[in-house]
Amino acid sequence: MKWKTADGGWSPYLAGALVGILAVVSALATTHWLSKTNYIGASTTFVRAAGLIERAAAPGRVKANEYFTKEKVRVDWQFMLLIGIILGSLLASVTDGSFRWEGVPPIWKERFGGSVGKRIAGAFLGGVVAMVGARLADGCPSGHGLSGMMQLSVSSFVALALFFGVGVLVAGRLYAGRSR
Amino acid sequence: MNSEQWLGLVAGVLFGFLMQKGRVLRFEKQVGAMLLKDMTIFKFMLSAIIVGGLGLALFSGTLKPSHKPMNLGAVLLGGSLFGAGWAVAGFCPGTAAGALGEGRWHAFFAIVGMVAGAAVYAEIYPWLKKTVLSWKDFGRIGLTETLGVSAWTILPVFAVFCLALFFWFEKKRL
Repeated sequence: MKWKTADGGWSPYLAGALVGILAVVSALATTHWLSKTNYIGASTTFVRAAGLIERAAAPGRVKANEYFTKEKVRVDWQFMLLIGIILGSLLASVTDGSFRWEGVPPIWKERFGGSVGKRIAGAFLGGVVAMVGARLADGCPSGHGLSGMMQLSVSSFVALALFFGVGVLVAGRLYAGRSR
Repeated sequence: MNSEQWLGLVAGVLFGFLMQKGRVLRFEKQVGAMLLKDMTIFKFMLSAIIVGGLGLALFSGTLKPSHKPMNLGAVLLGGSLFGAGWAVAGFCPGTAAGALGEGRWHAFFAIVGMVAGAAVYAEIYPWLKKTVLSWKDFGRIGLTETLGVSAWTILPVFAVFCLALFFWFEKKRL
């Protein structure tokens, strides 16, 4: 098995195993310094971001909203984790030359053409539906897929199976005929 | 910035770095998995789950578990909606942020959509609470209590299953 891929990346097995170590060290560090165990996740941050934006426009609305009150609108540990993901990815891609400006990914282009507007609409609408689903399921591939699975949570096995199962069905439909 | 925010930022930088190096942030890797042509994201995720699972079990005396609720309607409907949206957007919440970091700027619009989706969810939450969320909640349950076996039994079985899967992926060049 190769530790490096042809394009200068790392074996996904190696990078994944290191993320496993990171998840444990991070859980230990937050337990030690913050007296609460934080597990890696991503989707709750989008609720807090929506709350912060809405609060700038209509503070009373956010205050009166039950869900924003429940999730607490603030820049917390997970919010900074998301900011860190952007920076870490920037650092890794710039240093190994894999950083690339891309508006329309190749397989999308092959199927739906090179229109930037179409791709933006797809990214936006897919994002809306995915986030409503993630909040309903109470997690995404990070919170359920990684942290929940590591803890052997029953809900995470079901959620991950559905994320991927329905993803396969919809992607199969969406890209059908592409290779024909 | 307080210590909570610093700890989050440091973990995030490392997480983003490793996801980028594992090449799992890209649209073609995620859609490739859903088209059953490229299993990179599964090699990555399952490796993380095995190592992380063993680590969490090792420190189970110190760490507080945090299971997400097995709320039947919510997990079934939410999981399905997520899968459909993920297939169209080509990014999940964490990878959308990471993809933006490596210059794939269309991911920014997935992020904007996700923030909008979160705002929509906050609006319909009172209604969901009365309907989908109140169907049947099994609570915050773990597989170990449910099956009555220790994590040290489940994890090795899971690891062997994953290893078999990995060999199959490599054999089929997925």
